[in-house]
Amino acid sequence: MDVVVIGGGPAGLSAAIRAQELGLKVVVVEEGRLGGILPQCIHTGFGLLTYGEDLTGPELAHRLINSYQGEVLRGHAAGLEYSYHRKRVRVITEGGTVTLEAPTVIYAAGARERHAHEIGIVGDRVAGIYTAGEAQALMDLYGVLPGREVVIVGSGDVGLIMARRLSLEGAKVKAVVEMLPYPGGLARNLMILRDFNIPLLLNHRVVEVRGRGRVERVKVVSGSKEEWIKCDTLLVSAGLVPRVKLLRRAGAIIDERTSGPLVNDRLETSLPGIFAAGNSLVINDLVDYAMEQGRIAAEGAEEFIREGGIPSQDWVKVIPGDNVRSVVPQLISPGREVIAYVRPSKPLNDATLTLPNGRVRLGVIKPSEMLRVRVKAEEGGVAHVEIQG
Amino acid sequence: MSPTSKFRVNCIVCPMSCYVEVELDGEIRVTGYRCPRGKEWAVQEALSPKRVVVTVLKVKGGDLPVVSVKTDPVPRDKVREVIRELSKVELVPPLRVGQVVAEVDGVKVYVTREVRGGQQTF
Ligand SMILES: Cc1cc2nc3c(=O)[nH]c(=O)nc-3n(C[C@H](O)[C@H](O)[C@H](O)COP(=O)(O)OP(=O)(O)OC[C@H]3O[C@@H](n4cnc5c(N)ncnc54)[C@H](O)[C@@H]3O)c2cc1C
Ligand code: SF4
Repeated sequence: MDVVVIGGGPAGLSAAIRAQELGLKVVVVEEGRLGGILPQCIHTGFGLLTYGEDLTGPELAHRLINSYQGEVLRGHAAGLEYSYHRKRVRVITEGGTVTLEAPTVIYAAGARERHAHEIGIVGDRVAGIYTAGEAQALMDLYGVLPGREVVIVGSGDVGLIMARRLSLEGAKVKAVVEMLPYPGGLARNLMILRDFNIPLLLNHRVVEVRGRGRVERVKVVSGSKEEWIKCDTLLVSAGLVPRVKLLRRAGAIIDERTSGPLVNDRLETSLPGIFAAGNSLVINDLVDYAMEQGRIAAEGAEEFIREGGIPSQDWVKVIPGDNVRSVVPQLISPGREVIAYVRPSKPLNDATLTLPNGRVRLGVIKPSEMLRVRVKAEEGGVAHVEIQG
Repeated sequence: MSPTSKFRVNCIVCPMSCYVEVELDGEIRVTGYRCPRGKEWAVQEALSPKRVVVTVLKVKGGDLPVVSVKTDPVPRDKVREVIRELSKVELVPPLRVGQVVAEVDGVKVYVTREVRGGQQTF
């Protein structure tokens, strides 16, 4: 075995497909469904950059699953042990524990959703509180409507997409509540509020849930104003957090800005030979970028095996400057043009991005739309990435 | 939409997100766009917006109780009707991605997830 891929979502499958193309022997470890989050994302908007076609999530999953002919091990990767030439992945399968050994690992375990208690919502512990992803799985995999009168917390893409699904299937979305002064989702998803006349409450927070057995009302506050909204369901769409437990336990350095591992331009973590891709590296709003990261990681794994390691060098450290929340990779090779993903920290109307290799006019930017750029830095020192408004 | 109204929209065709205004006073006047694709999209959006509808249909004897489907673009004000019609449909496996499984007012409905007879497909 040359490479163990942990996670069979779009990032992991893309990594596995690319690794096979490069002649590596691959196994994908998947605890749930191949395709990751895709089978439950039944809306269109997937793969436009990769295929020039607007696919639904299940269609993209189908494509990826069909292009990967290699081995899949069904089970939960529960342990990751590091040594320079040998990594060991402990997998709990139906038939017992299996230990896989390989010189490289690509970690593509996706992200988890933030829950109500993580965003300071207190009150009764009742039925009817879901994360947006849980509600999505209920509706679009199992055909169950999670509720009739719904308040959604968070105006990110997941929340907006669920607002549309619920409205179309006969539920009433009473409000989308957003803490920030601007909406979180992609422009195409903000159209949903207009299509269905759903009120968007900016600068508002849901702070309390009341009910007996089931949600009955939620308290919404803005400054010193507060009101109760009657509803039977609260959907929390408060963002995703990279799933990095195994990486952290194995000793990888985690970047505070992305909550994912610190990586070099091969997407290799601080543990040589362990690479990361997709939502466990950085939260991707576009699946195309998650898939691209999978391919870059696979190329890194191939190089690691061929060269006996990624050549060590005088890495240039990338420093996020004004209006930049995060940049991946955090370390880049001097003199090599590499792909970087830049997350702006606030919306700007006429933005310009400054990189070590020049300036890019961006136009309108938002934190919800990660930027993909080519960066090249010269030897010595650091690379500043900043955005002027 | 009344004939004298002004329609304002952020173009979603590309990430520039131009703020486009479409005036519909007799002749159509469009401002704010930066390219012809955006102009065309905004006019379409102002006059007769269309949407691809996605939903799930019941499946008897599949791996899961429902299967995801999508339609050809439908005029926006027909979306609810299409959903209502589709809620009556029940399918049986096998179902293939791209297979047409229903037609509502000439609008085709395609399966987007593979369902083999009685087996787990993923
Ligand atoms: C609701 C929603 C809507 C979206 N809409 C769009 C859209 O319209 N267009 C677009 O381009 N992008 C969209 N995205 C973003 C896109 O789906 C993600 O960027 C992409 O799915 C990330 O892929 P991934 O492979 O990193 O993670 P995932 O898809 O989450 O896959 C991770 C996989 O790893 C498995 N796994 C995790 N831990 C373990 C373990 N320990 N052992 C074994 N297996 C494990 C999981 O079971 C899962 O299958 C959306 C995302 C969400 C959540
Ligand atoms: S008008 Fe053209 S440039 Fe502007 S957002 Fe639309 S497609 Fe992009």
